[in-house]
Amino acid sequence: MTTGRRTVASLVAGVGIALATALGASAVARSNDPLVIPITIHFSHYEPSSVTVPVGRAVTFVITNTDPIDHEWIVGDAALHQRHRAGTEPVHNVRPTEITIPALSERRTTVTFAAPGALQFICHLPGHEAYGMVGTVTITPGG
Amino acid sequence: MPQPIPPRQRHRGPWRRIALGVPAAALAVFLVATPALACGGLIGPNGAVNLLRTTTFAGYHDGVEHYVTAFKFAGGGGAFGSITPLPGIPTSVEKGGDWTLQRLIRETSPIRLFDAAPSAASSAGAVEIMTVKIDALDITVLKGGAADIGQWATKHGFRLPPDAPAVLDFYARRSEIFLAAAFDADAAKARGQAVGDGTSVHITIPTRNPWVPLRILALGKSGGEPVTADVYLLTDRAPALLPAPTGSNGIRLDASQSASDSLLSDLRSDRGMAWVPETAWLTKVAVDGEASQLGYDLAVDASGAGRPSAVDAGLALPAPPPAPSSFDLGRLLLALSFVAVGLVGVALMTSSRPGGRPLAS
Repeated sequence: MTTGRRTVASLVAGVGIALATALGASAVARSNDPLVIPITIHFSHYEPSSVTVPVGRAVTFVITNTDPIDHEWIVGDAALHQRHRAGTEPVHNVRPTEITIPALSERRTTVTFAAPGALQFICHLPGHEAYGMVGTVTITPGG
Repeated sequence: MPQPIPPRQRHRGPWRRIALGVPAAALAVFLVATPALACGGLIGPNGAVNLLRTTTFAGYHDGVEHYVTAFKFAGGGGAFGSITPLPGIPTSVEKGGDWTLQRLIRETSPIRLFDAAPSAASSAGAVEIMTVKIDALDITVLKGGAADIGQWATKHGFRLPPDAPAVLDFYARRSEIFLAAAFDADAAKARGQAVGDGTSVHITIPTRNPWVPLRILALGKSGGEPVTADVYLLTDRAPALLPAPTGSNGIRLDASQSASDSLLSDLRSDRGMAWVPETAWLTKVAVDGEASQLGYDLAVDASGAGRPSAVDAGLALPAPPPAPSSFDLGRLLLALSFVAVGLVGVALMTSSRPGGRPLAS
């Protein structure tokens, strides 16, 4: 192999190693970032209405309300939803698992689910659950 | 009697109960107001719907649609409202006549002379293009898309039910004109209106064909809930309807006949009804179905062509506006002509110089 060819080969190898290192570092960084899941509310329905997330990892839900009316996104177990069906809070903005999305707006909330299983997210404004504003979060083990 | 407001709702602010009314004929249906509007789907804060049967009249003559409907005061207090899609911008919204609706009911359901039993009483982007106050009603004609109207309604204290975004979109795709009516029950009481008293409203809308919104009647109702209303049509000739009122699809043809001279005379003598022609065809369509059946409106072809519009019926989307052509031959030719003129000019200037040398800079 000539000196020129060796030089070119070395350069290619160097660039490849550098790229691989950068990508690896990026992948490590991403695994620590929250998983981002967009949810759109359209005509008083969640799209998608079913999402799957890993246990123990932070998940950022980006919820976009395209309707001209307010909606809610409240995720939890059956007991929590039963409480909200008769609840009195007009607006939710304290707990990351319970948020209000005003008309034609976007809200972000980050949640880390501690145990595998399935939870529902529901809008508890009057009539909205019955109309179909119900979705499911499936939490898979092994993050 | 008004139902108690659930605890959750008490914290929702001063919601105004709302119904999305129908355009024209159906309009009347929705504006019938009680503590809950009758048969238009006025929704209470707890989602309850008053199921009173209501009557609407849609007359069409000389390219103008006349809607007559009534808001009935059924006691209670507070404010109630409705939003009704319209097929076009009305030229007037005024107090309706005194007996038009009652006379129509009598025409198709004659009262038995010896019947001793009393009969049942019977947004941000929205542009306000007309406001009218009629008795205890504050009426606003709006122009805007579904989101605009929804925002306007919310800003004005109306509580929209969860199906409102889809229903508003359904109508706004065909006509961006809506009529919002706020009924102040307290003002009605202050005016001395008794339970059962109604305020009729007459809306005059130039349009190519009458169009009666029916889907709006199901607003806020679950699939199995009943929807009832009577819609009277008065047209120059027997109209063609779409969907055809078969009875099994939630609408039924109760009458289709030449209007009697006495009916036309009586209607003509009412307030604002001088437009009623010498001869006309009377049609009565009864809405008697479940909310899930009413995914359409009633398209009417009164021209005699027998082709009611599937778009007017909400069974098809309107044709999209023509997309700008990616190849505009006219503009291309114009551009080429400019280029040609420029080249000729350059050639002339070059050839006119001695030796054909280029211009000095």
